[in-house]
Amino acid sequence: MGIPINVKVNGKEYSQEVEPRQLLVDFLRETLRLTGTHVGCDTSGCGACTILVDGNAVKSCTLLAVQVDGAEVTTIEGLSKNGDHPLQEGFKEEHGLQCGYCTPGMIMAAADLLTNNPNPSEQEIRHALEGNICRCTGYHNIVKSIQYAADKMQGKEVSHG
Amino acid sequence: MGSIIGSSVKRVEDKRFITGKGNYTDDIQLQGMTYAYIIRSPFAHAKILSINTEEAKNAEGVVAVFTGKDIADSGVGGVPCGWQVNFRNGDTMKEPLHPLLVVNKARHQGDGVVMVIAETKEIAKDAAELVEIEYEELPAVTDAKQAMEAGQPLVHDDCPNNLSFDWELGDKAATDAAFANAHHVTTLEFTNQRVIPNAMEPRSAIGHFEPATDKYTLYTTSQNPHLTRLLLSAFVLGLPEHKVRVVAPDVGGGFGSKIFHYAEEALVIWASKALGVPIKWTAERSESFVTDAHGRDHVSKSEMAFDADGKMIGLRSSTAANMGAYLSTFAPAVPTYLHGTLLQGLYTTPAIYIEVYGVFTNTTAVDAYRGAGRPEATYLLERLIDKAALEMNMDPAELRIKNLIPPFDGVNQPGYETKVALTYDSGNYEPTIRRAMEMVGYEDFRKEQKEARENGKYLGIGFSAYIEACGIAPSAVVGALGARAGLFESAQVRIQPTGKVSVYVGSHSHGQGHETTFAQIVADKLGVGVEDVEIVHGDSEAVAFGMGTYGSRSLAVGGSAIVKSVEKVLEKGAKIAAHKLEASEDDLEFANGQWTVKGTDKSIGFGDVALTAYVPHDYPQGLEPGLDFSSFYDPANFTYPYGCHICVVEIDPDTGKVEVKRFIACDDVGNVINPMIVDGQIHGGLAQGIGQALLEGAIYDESGQLLNASYMDYAMPRADDFPMFETDRTVTPCPHNPLGVKGAGEAGCIGSTPAVVNAVMDALSPFGIKDLEMPLTPERVWRAMHSNGSN
Repeated sequence: MGIPINVKVNGKEYSQEVEPRQLLVDFLRETLRLTGTHVGCDTSGCGACTILVDGNAVKSCTLLAVQVDGAEVTTIEGLSKNGDHPLQEGFKEEHGLQCGYCTPGMIMAAADLLTNNPNPSEQEIRHALEGNICRCTGYHNIVKSIQYAADKMQGKEVSHG
Repeated sequence: MGSIIGSSVKRVEDKRFITGKGNYTDDIQLQGMTYAYIIRSPFAHAKILSINTEEAKNAEGVVAVFTGKDIADSGVGGVPCGWQVNFRNGDTMKEPLHPLLVVNKARHQGDGVVMVIAETKEIAKDAAELVEIEYEELPAVTDAKQAMEAGQPLVHDDCPNNLSFDWELGDKAATDAAFANAHHVTTLEFTNQRVIPNAMEPRSAIGHFEPATDKYTLYTTSQNPHLTRLLLSAFVLGLPEHKVRVVAPDVGGGFGSKIFHYAEEALVIWASKALGVPIKWTAERSESFVTDAHGRDHVSKSEMAFDADGKMIGLRSSTAANMGAYLSTFAPAVPTYLHGTLLQGLYTTPAIYIEVYGVFTNTTAVDAYRGAGRPEATYLLERLIDKAALEMNMDPAELRIKNLIPPFDGVNQPGYETKVALTYDSGNYEPTIRRAMEMVGYEDFRKEQKEARENGKYLGIGFSAYIEACGIAPSAVVGALGARAGLFESAQVRIQPTGKVSVYVGSHSHGQGHETTFAQIVADKLGVGVEDVEIVHGDSEAVAFGMGTYGSRSLAVGGSAIVKSVEKVLEKGAKIAAHKLEASEDDLEFANGQWTVKGTDKSIGFGDVALTAYVPHDYPQGLEPGLDFSSFYDPANFTYPYGCHICVVEIDPDTGKVEVKRFIACDDVGNVINPMIVDGQIHGGLAQGIGQALLEGAIYDESGQLLNASYMDYAMPRADDFPMFETDRTVTPCPHNPLGVKGAGEAGCIGSTPAVVNAVMDALSPFGIKDLEMPLTPERVWRAMHSNGSN
């Protein structure tokens, strides 16, 4: 009953048969065992499962695995080789995470934001995170983490606060 | 102390989380794993007439289907409650059975009825569709006050008036006398609405029984794995505790909701024993909404009496506290010993009386949620004071300051004995309030507010000055108050032969940053690097014992246990050092990781002493080898952090939307180990407290359906609901623990809610509005603005 798909995930090609009803997030977590992408809800409301598909942030619980046939997927595990993407660095430097559960989704949503708007204002950052819920941080340090990354990616000096 | 304590060391745990390498329960995959799906009652109150599982059992890929009768027939009872609060007349509280799966009657929407176990989670869910359950729906009751009235549906047949207990504290006669002589009395009738914790990681549990070794392993999303092991072993399943391992790996937030022992944890272990395969259950979010213990849900009438000078002379309050359908693990303690005992606040009120009714309803169980009782107490006090200030035409800040308890440090001055059974440890309250007023620029704000009003803009400012009780203790006292557990903490500090340090601590970390903060303490005291210290927590097989993380207790209690063990290490280390240096122990001093003979350049490093302890060739006679100590720490008292929060809002008169323009929090949490982490804890607490004030609230319909059981419907605070927070601290050390720390995990959530509501009421004062119920949604505010003051 499987449907064959070809998909590139974090730079690696996969040719796989998937159940037509399988969600992309389940394909990533259970078939590929990329468990950095989390599931926090069942209504596409929390953003914990946010990944990049062809460079755009999407909620991987909203897509079926078959829909990424031919696409290029990036998950938190593939964002950088050594965990040193400016966003990853920013979240650590600015204490942008506590329990860590929403963090991969936050980082991927922010990656999309900074691609489209390299120098966002505080309000633009807050608006861009509307689809991602964090229960730990009050968002304060998440905003600062993304500002840190934006500065770093533009070659500005970053404050090690 | 060295310089590591008090510095914002970046978190050592972050790397795994920012690279997607965290290890949460649902990430764990065991060989031969099967998956459980629980069929839950769609009704809030219903008799179960019949269950037919035959077709589901025969479906391909289904391993087993169990009903409540299967569980009961195996001799298993229910999930126990960990705190006993008796009736005023001395009768034992009503504590009805809380079965793992119900047998005859479902008592809330989401009550577990049938468990289906299959080879995949999809098959389990499909097979659940094949189970036929015949229900007879019964009338339901969801409101605590209503549930106490005659003629209401009974959640449990043997609990008249749906009462679990009633409880009182304080001097009723003295309080009534104070009210009889009062110059002014302010009254507030209000609901502290039910909120849903919503940790971002849904609960999950994996049960794994291995017949070859007779060992049980439970992986679970828990804030306190050892307590879960104890309850499973001693009360629920009667397992041999030494054969039970409970692991709480990375846990995605708790906020109280993962303190409690839940039925699913027992179910996966019970079924794994029955089937001999590992079983994973993970909640879907809509399932979390109706099965994770909720928070708050008090209906209260509270009154504050003043003399002609504006001095508080009496406080009395009556609260109906909604327990939900069953007593969750710590539920009875929340509205009583964590709420009634906090009604002194920061003030000298000489007469206080409170009564609390613990009431069953056809709703999800209610238990501790960030702050647990103290936010409700703070809301009650701080709303009353602001309303009183308005009624007496006094400045709300000055009214608070006028009534403050004078400073005391708990060393040179004794602790402050309240009228409601507590002794505050240390406090210097006025500077904290003054600092918050300075941060907001209070005088200037009032001018700005006046001008804004003239221009049709509605600005408001709200104060909240709170005190809370953290690190619930000591065991003997809480035992006398009904706790069925001790409330100490344990920590083992193991120095490895190379001088590296492994610390095994009972306080679980699920966002609090213990792996960093605890390492800072050890590194500072032993003179080693933070990177030389590994903090191990969350695995009952590695950590000897623990009481877990809640009530802002980890640093004050767990941290103190670590300090005790470190001191034992240093004491023994000094003996070894003295031997090696051929000096007397009394002549040694320890600093910067080495023992030095005072007044000489003779010294030995910590690493050399560690190695000597494990290679004891040249060694003190009669001294045991090794450098590895455990300690249990049972505190002398609670700790009492406090602070002042000030909120500035602007209300859009066209839509009623409240914008939080500024939020100032000046907190005193005692000494601070890592300021960055403390600020982060405060920020998160503020968001939850502001969320309750403006956005959140469980909504039940008359039949007991939770109408907003998803993120489409329940208003979770999002990034654009907040400004950047403005935080500062005063420091009044705790006098009775070795670190002088008080706890910071819940402070933000305790102080913030009334500050927001007070700010909105201040903004709405031109409309003659004195009180509105939370959450202050645009609709509620807009309607009030157009009601000509009839609220």
